[in-house]
Amino acid sequence: MSGPVLAFIEHAGGEPDRLSLEALAFARSLVTKLGAALEAVVLGSGVEGVAGQLGAHGVGAAHVATDARLDDFAPAAWGAAIRTIVAARAPAAVVVAGSERGNEVLAHVAARLGLPMAANVIEVTPGNSWRLVRQRWAGSLLEDAALDAPIRLLSVAPHAVAAAPTAATSVPTISTFAPELEPADLVARVVRREPKASAGVSLADAKVVVGGGRGVGSAAGFANLEALAKELGGAVGGSRVVTSLGWRPHSDQIGQTGLRIAPDLYIACGISGAIQHIVGCKAAKRILAINTDPDSPIMAVADYAVIGDLGAVVPAITAEIERRRAPA
Amino acid sequence: MNILVCVKRVPQTGGRIVLTADGQAIDTKFLGHTISPHEECGVEEAVQIVEKEGGSSAVLTLGPAEAEEQLRDAMAIGIDRAILLETTGGEWDPVSTAGAIAETVEAQEAAHGHFDLLFFGNEAADTGDYQIGVRVAVALGRPVINGIKDIWFTDDRHAVLARREAPGGGWETYELPLPVVLGVKEGLNLPRYPSVPGRLRAKKKEVERVALGSSPSGALGLGAGEDSAGLGGAVPGPTKLLLRLPQEERSAAEVIGRGAEAAPAVVDMLERIGVLAR
Repeated sequence: MSGPVLAFIEHAGGEPDRLSLEALAFARSLVTKLGAALEAVVLGSGVEGVAGQLGAHGVGAAHVATDARLDDFAPAAWGAAIRTIVAARAPAAVVVAGSERGNEVLAHVAARLGLPMAANVIEVTPGNSWRLVRQRWAGSLLEDAALDAPIRLLSVAPHAVAAAPTAATSVPTISTFAPELEPADLVARVVRREPKASAGVSLADAKVVVGGGRGVGSAAGFANLEALAKELGGAVGGSRVVTSLGWRPHSDQIGQTGLRIAPDLYIACGISGAIQHIVGCKAAKRILAINTDPDSPIMAVADYAVIGDLGAVVPAITAEIERRRAPA
Repeated sequence: MNILVCVKRVPQTGGRIVLTADGQAIDTKFLGHTISPHEECGVEEAVQIVEKEGGSSAVLTLGPAEAEEQLRDAMAIGIDRAILLETTGGEWDPVSTAGAIAETVEAQEAAHGHFDLLFFGNEAADTGDYQIGVRVAVALGRPVINGIKDIWFTDDRHAVLARREAPGGGWETYELPLPVVLGVKEGLNLPRYPSVPGRLRAKKKEVERVALGSSPSGALGLGAGEDSAGLGGAVPGPTKLLLRLPQEERSAAEVIGRGAEAAPAVVDMLERIGVLAR
């Protein structure tokens, strides 16, 4: 008889986070394999509404800690609250979203319980020894691994599974619990927030992104990319080379150590296609590569290509759009 | 400020990953190695803080003998000394790695005085385990926060202020009393390139070597042996069995044209996929 699978649910504005719902979908397939129950843990004041929505995602019982000390992010305290429920429920596994916060909180749980943790898992097969597949290099490489522990701590790689609700909708049993927090758990907590600077369409949200690599040649060379992005109502980003050279600020970096974008169209200009960059842009619906080298690795992930010097091609595209838009 | 930066040696993968025949590692015959990107920023930050505030800096890595190269790179841009926890026989799992680092920090502090700051990368570029810094902090009983892209101090220098990006945009700031562990991210600063005099100086600096041998969790990691010192009874893992490349769904790119003459065909495509409509 297996203990339940416990899913940790992040939330904002009274709604569960999308990545947490993906983690729930992952956990649902795990409980089917185990023949176990699916339970959730939700933290913060007034989260009963969030917990109530989880029935549609297969959760039978939700444990909520309506403790105001957990309202804002405090990773050690969130981890302690999860450990309180782990002690009470003896789960077979704890599943979290492979978000920045999810991985960080699970690391606290793992460290305090003295258990291994597998980050960014995409598949799991329970057994005497659990087998799992996890992402390395932000998904450019996969690792088959074994996990031998009484409680399996897993984070689910973003977008590895879809966040689909179940057919049968039910209302989960909601029970409140008092997390066992020590003063040390509350040392690392947010003391100040600064809102997002709202200036035009952000790189993360843009429908069209024009990206530049070493082939752009200089910081000034980005003027051509800016002009094309303006015509398309898009945003400009760059590869790691470009931010490391100081041609663009780091916040414009698309890649493993920068932003992961998912626009309708990504126009890769003078970008060779290092895997560091590809993992940041491969979620784009379509990729147009503009490059002098028809054999560059970017061509393997691009849908469309123009072979040529971006210094000539990009302004020509901008001019063509302007020409078609001009009144006849 | 006395600072220890923990770094990892990783391959410079470039455009395509090729695995060794046994599927246990990336084939690095034709690749160079580097410090994992987040940790490069940790190294730069440590150098900048010591330049400004005084104190000393050290760099530590757990890895093969060849990882001395990355320690010399860190010293070439201004880190004072280095510690190599030398392993044999492949990767260590994250639990064993963190156990060995925590023990080493205690030994280093007993010998050289305490570290105000311990820097880790938010996650290593290769394994992406997202846990080493937190495990070390918990073992040492110090506060820890990840994702840091900005670091400054209170006027009395008793606490550090650390800022990271909030989910959905904006920033959140943490204030933590020293000593503290920070998981840092690229964007914290722009790491400098080592100068030739810097490289020459680095050659003369000390690298303290500690022979760790092979992973205490054993070749297949099936439970910790009696000699799993430093794990404090923790269960090691996960255990790597095999590496493989994901299946790619995209087919080869359709070449629309060459040079500026391709512009009308490109704009036709933009209209067709609906990104030009306003």
